[in-house]
Amino acid sequence: MKISEIENEIVEEFSLFGDDWESKYEHLIDLGKSLPLIDEKYKIEENIIKGCQSRVWMHSELKDGKVYFTADSDAIITKGMVALMIRVLNGQTAKDIIETKLEFINKIGLKEHLSPTRANGLVSMINRMKMDSVKFSR
Amino acid sequence: MLDIKAIRTHFPILQKTVNNNPLVYFDNGATTQKPLAVINAITEYYTKQNANIHRGVHALSREATELFEEARKTVAHFINAEESELIFTSGTTHSINLIANGLSFEKDSEILLTQLEHHSNILPWQLNAQKNNAKLKVVPIHEDGTLQLENLKNLVSKKTKVVSITHVSNTLGVINPIKEIISEIRKLNSNTLIVIDGAQSVPHLKIDVKDLDCDFFVFSGHKMYGPTGTGVLYVKKNVFNQLQLSASGGGTIKTVSFEKTEYVDGPLKFEPGTPNIEGVIALSAAVKYIDSIGIEKIAQYEHELLGYAQSKLAEIPEVEVYANHLNKAAVISFNVKNQHPFDVGTLLDKYGVAVRTGHHCTQPLMNYYNISGTIRASFAMYNTFEEIDVFILGLKKAIKMLS
Ligand SMILES: Cc1ncc(COP(=O)(O)O)c(C=O)c1O
Repeated sequence: MKISEIENEIVEEFSLFGDDWESKYEHLIDLGKSLPLIDEKYKIEENIIKGCQSRVWMHSELKDGKVYFTADSDAIITKGMVALMIRVLNGQTAKDIIETKLEFINKIGLKEHLSPTRANGLVSMINRMKMDSVKFSR
Repeated sequence: MLDIKAIRTHFPILQKTVNNNPLVYFDNGATTQKPLAVINAITEYYTKQNANIHRGVHALSREATELFEEARKTVAHFINAEESELIFTSGTTHSINLIANGLSFEKDSEILLTQLEHHSNILPWQLNAQKNNAKLKVVPIHEDGTLQLENLKNLVSKKTKVVSITHVSNTLGVINPIKEIISEIRKLNSNTLIVIDGAQSVPHLKIDVKDLDCDFFVFSGHKMYGPTGTGVLYVKKNVFNQLQLSASGGGTIKTVSFEKTEYVDGPLKFEPGTPNIEGVIALSAAVKYIDSIGIEKIAQYEHELLGYAQSKLAEIPEVEVYANHLNKAAVISFNVKNQHPFDVGTLLDKYGVAVRTGHHCTQPLMNYYNISGTIRASFAMYNTFEEIDVFILGLKKAIKMLS
C-alpha cells in the first residue's frame, strides 16, 4: 500500500472514536504493545532519539530498495505514536518517506504530540526516520 | 480561614477549560498564576506611568522612579530586609549567577551544595569552581529526602568558602531546617558565605532573612504570583563589599572616565541598564496581594491540601511517593509502578490536570533515586480539595488505561 492509503486507513480507524479521547488513547496504548520491537543489540546510545522525555530507540534497514524500521520506548503512549509512524512508513521507498507530509497525525486528533512543548519528541522521531532514508538514498 | 471561592475569582485564568474539563492547575512549582492585582499593575503602569527611572528630571520619570523604589521597600520588608540590601534581578537563576560570578577564591577552596539542588544552584557554582580551581562538595540526603546533617561537620572546613542550599526542594517539597543549618555552619567556619535558594520557599513560608542570618537569599517573582523576568538577590549589609561586579553599565555610577569609574553604593550598582520596571512594580503588587491574604494562612491551607492529597495517594497501591511525609511545602513527587511519568502526565493533561513530569532540573537527585523522572503536583493558595479529587480520579483512570 502507498503511504497515503495507509494514512487514510488510520484516519478511518480513529474516526470510529469520535470525541471519545479515552478510547482513542486506549487504542494508541494497544498499538504501542504491537510495536515491531528493536533487536536488543541495536538499543545503543547512537540509536536513542534525543529530545524526548521518554527514551526512544530506533533502527532502520534497507531491504530490496525499501526501508524498514524497528523501535522501542520506555513510555507506552510514545510507543503507540512510534507504532503508528512505522505502520505508515515501513516498507516504503526512501524517496516516498522523505517526501511524505504525514498529515494523518493532525487528522486523528493527535496534533498536540507535534507541538514543540511535547516532550515525547514525535518531531525528532519523524526527522530521524527521514534522515535515515536520506542516508539510504545516497 | 481562607475564602478560596473569593481568591479564585482573583485569578482569571482559573476559568479556563482544557480538553473540555475545568483547568486543574497543579504546576505551581514551575510558575504560579497571576492575580488581577498583578495583571492590573502592569496595565496601569503602561497606561499611566511609563518612563525610564533614575534618570529623568520630568514628572513621569520621577513617578516611575518612586514606584520602583517603593517596590524595593515593599519587597524588602516582605523578607525583613532593608531596602539597601535588595537587588532586583530577572530571577533566581540570574541572582545565583550574580553571586557565583561575583566571588573568587584561592585554589583548593570548597563550595558546598546539596543533593537536592536545582540545576540553577549547581551550574553557576560549577563554572565558578572551574575558574577558581575550587572543589564542589555535596551534602548527601536520606531516603526520605532530608539532608544528612550529621555529615555537616565533616563537610564544612576552613576551605569552605560558600554553602549554597535550597530552602525547599523544588522536586520533593522537603523543607530544609536552614536556620539550624546556618547556625551550625557559622560555628564550624565563621567566614563561610551562606546562600539560600528561596525560589520554592518564598511563596509558601514566612521569610525573615535577619532571623535566618544568611548572607544571600534569592528568589523569583513568577513563582510567588508575580510576573516572569523578576527576581531578588538579598545581600546582607556587611557582606555587600565582598560581592564583586560581574556585569556593569548605565545607571550604576557616580562618575565615569576612560581611566576610572566611581560606582554608586548599594543595590543600584548591581542593576546596570534599564531594569524590568513594570515587572518590579507588579512584583510588589504580588507581595501586597500575599500580605492581604496572609502568608501564614496560605501556608496552613496549602499544608491541609498536601495532607489530603498524600492520604488519597496512599490509597492507590501502584503509587510511590518520594519524601512521603508532611515536613514539606505543598509539593508531591511520585511515580506509578511500571509506568513512565510521561504517560501518566499525558493522560492527566487530557483530564484537564496540569502536572509536571520529568527530572525537574534536578538530575543529581533523580540519580540518587535511580529514576529518570517523577510526576510532580504542586499546589498554590487557589487550589481546592475538589481539584485534588479530580486529580485522584484522573490518576486512577490513567493507571487503569495504562495497565
Ligand atoms: C529551587 C529552585 N531554584 C532555582 C530555580 C530557578 O528559577 P528561575 O527559573 O525562576 O530562575 C527554580 C525554578 O524552577 C527552583 O525551583
